[in-house]
Amino acid sequence: MSRRATQSLRRRLLIQLLGVAAVLSALIYFGVRTVANQAAEATQDNILGASAATIAEELGSRDGQLVVDIPYSAFSMLGAVNAERVFYRIETRDGTLTGYNDLPLPETAPSLLRPVYYTIAFRGVTLRAVALRRVVTVVDRPVEITVIVAQTRNGLAGIASRVANLAAGLGIGFFIVAGLLNWVATERALAPVRRVAEAVRRRGPADLSPLRQPVPRELAPLSVALNEFMARLRAALDRTETFIVEAAHHVRTPLATLRTQAEIALRLAQSDDSRRALRAVIRAAEESGRSAGQLLDHAMVNFRSDHMELAQVDLHDMLGHALRALTPSADIKDVTLKLPTKYGPAFVLGDRLLIESAIRNMLDNAIKYSPADSSVTLTLTTEAGRHCLAICDDGRGLAGVSPETLASRFKRGNNVADVVGSGLGLTIIHEVARSHGGAFALEQQSKGGVCAKLFLPSSLPH
Amino acid sequence: MRQAVLAIILATLGLGARGYEVENQRLFAAGPDSPVLRIISTGDLDLFAPLVQAFQQENPDVAVDYTVASSAAVYMAIATEGAAFDLALSSAMDLQTKLANDGLAQTYSSAATAALPDWARWADRLFAFTQEPAVVLISRAGLGDLPVPKTRQDLIALLRDNPELFTGRVGTYDLRNSGLGYLFATQDARQSDAYWRLAEVMGSLRPQLFCCTSDMINGIDSGALLVAYNVIGSYADARPSEEGSVIYMGDYTHVMLRTALIPATAENPALGGRFIEFLLSPSGRAAIRTHTGLPPIDGATLAESPSFRPIPMGAGLLVYLDQMKRAAFLDEWIAAMVQPTSTNAQGQ
Repeated sequence: MSRRATQSLRRRLLIQLLGVAAVLSALIYFGVRTVANQAAEATQDNILGASAATIAEELGSRDGQLVVDIPYSAFSMLGAVNAERVFYRIETRDGTLTGYNDLPLPETAPSLLRPVYYTIAFRGVTLRAVALRRVVTVVDRPVEITVIVAQTRNGLAGIASRVANLAAGLGIGFFIVAGLLNWVATERALAPVRRVAEAVRRRGPADLSPLRQPVPRELAPLSVALNEFMARLRAALDRTETFIVEAAHHVRTPLATLRTQAEIALRLAQSDDSRRALRAVIRAAEESGRSAGQLLDHAMVNFRSDHMELAQVDLHDMLGHALRALTPSADIKDVTLKLPTKYGPAFVLGDRLLIESAIRNMLDNAIKYSPADSSVTLTLTTEAGRHCLAICDDGRGLAGVSPETLASRFKRGNNVADVVGSGLGLTIIHEVARSHGGAFALEQQSKGGVCAKLFLPSSLPH
Repeated sequence: MRQAVLAIILATLGLGARGYEVENQRLFAAGPDSPVLRIISTGDLDLFAPLVQAFQQENPDVAVDYTVASSAAVYMAIATEGAAFDLALSSAMDLQTKLANDGLAQTYSSAATAALPDWARWADRLFAFTQEPAVVLISRAGLGDLPVPKTRQDLIALLRDNPELFTGRVGTYDLRNSGLGYLFATQDARQSDAYWRLAEVMGSLRPQLFCCTSDMINGIDSGALLVAYNVIGSYADARPSEEGSVIYMGDYTHVMLRTALIPATAENPALGGRFIEFLLSPSGRAAIRTHTGLPPIDGATLAESPSFRPIPMGAGLLVYLDQMKRAAFLDEWIAAMVQPTSTNAQGQ
């Protein structure tokens, strides 16, 4: 993956727009300079032309002689702004009338209408010169006169440097303004991208519905691809769920059959050795069945907690179902399940399967760790918008192991080696509590035994 | 002193070889191997010698060869002879400007020249070091109860109303042989129409024409003149006249600027630059005032007197140096000033 591909879109846009702005700024700089310098040169040429014209105005004849009366302003106007050096030459066919007779003439002679501007080197300096032609009548004879005025252009250098500064200021100003506008434009152009990202980020962990955010045409392919991807993911998750349910059936049933057959064999067994072996088989089958069941339960809980099917669920009702299901195994151990019946319905907005699984695991644990001929007490209370289902046993307690440790996967207490268990039960209950916005706690009771408490937020029935 | 005498002898002997006329020359010696700063100047030796010595006090390692010449000779020495002077000091602003314009002056710039007012330097080649107003000198006693003129209008009225008093007793420059007089007259003509009316009135009074300011001051003192027009005020101030009083015209008073330039042919242009630095330095300005009596460049003084107008340096001054322009101007001036009834050029 090249660095270029991972660069920020905004940065790339900004850099490219700034590049464009820089090029335009440079164009402005050179453009302003060129135009301004040309304008300054044209202005200077105009003044030079005006100077020659005022001299030409004063050409005349007196007493049959050609006279030139150069007005003071003709030269003073040239040096009005800057100290410019001035040269002039007034030429007739017969030679130089006055002025600098070595001042070069233009290569092309000026016409009567149009003066000629030209640049010459004279006495070690570069001069800008103008030549214009006039005809003066001297004693009925037309005399052609060429007036040449030349000047240094020191002032132009000053103007050029001022213009350059101005143009540089303009260019830099343009670049700054364009940069700011580019930044704003980039932010605005990228806003839809950010909105889409935000919309995706804000989604719940299990929300795989198609993106409905309106997007600009350029982002439509991304949005479509995202929606297609989410549809595929959804289908894959659905398949996983189906697989879990299938697997649960396929693993549990043969194990149950194995156990039943082993028990029958136990009853028919003659020798003590056979019985011992069969009991081991039964115990292994029981352990495997429970482990498989819990593993599948856990997988299911994991899947469903990201993918809950919410409904109004009555805890009281579900507690009844769970009791009925587990009463046989309680009876085997002579454990009495005590459920006060006077509670009304306790509704929770939740996933029925998950909550069922949690209750079953809590009860199962309580029965499992209860000594024979004891009782398990179930209470259901509602307090501060939370239902609390407490299942308390008279068992051996936690033996100093913290409830947090017990909640992690495959962790069991230190005093439970003789009891069948996978270490997943508490993990499942924790997951369910978390995914419903509730909590789960194990509390050591002072008189011995443990109280498992599941808290779930209450919801009012419709 | 021996060296100075020797220099004068050499200068006198060498005169024939030169294409320009030298009025005076003196070598201000320094150490044996000192470089020599060669100055050509219109300033009289007796006025400028103390100034040169003040320069040497600050620059004891420099010998100064000081040559006095007329303003036309200063111009010719540099423009046509290409004489190797390191500094040209002249009161002829127009000729100095022409030298600079024609590329015969080197550029020089320093903090001191940059600090000069704009009107006191031109193109980094021409630097003014004195400002000398053109004034009217009148004889108080000769005028009697008549009002002292404040403007050219007053002066015209005064002369016109009292022809019997002023006939033959009005003096001014003879433009034909005074470059400074020509400069003042052309600037007057450029500034105001009143100049030609004044010339007409003066012309009708058989004016005495002079080459130099000092002659006009002498004329006032001797009673031969009652009014002298366009006298250099600084000379009048430097040589206080018993009879005359200096009047600054209220309508406008032209200020002539004495300028320095470093000729392109200079062998030691750096020494010329050092003398310019001295002329523009506070101690140099003080020395100018003390030793020559000429007012050094001082923008503040001019700013206080709105009627004082420094003659602008620059290409405009070239106009009146044009040979045809000069001929036409002099023709007109002669027609006004040298009228058939007047006695020609008495003051020569």
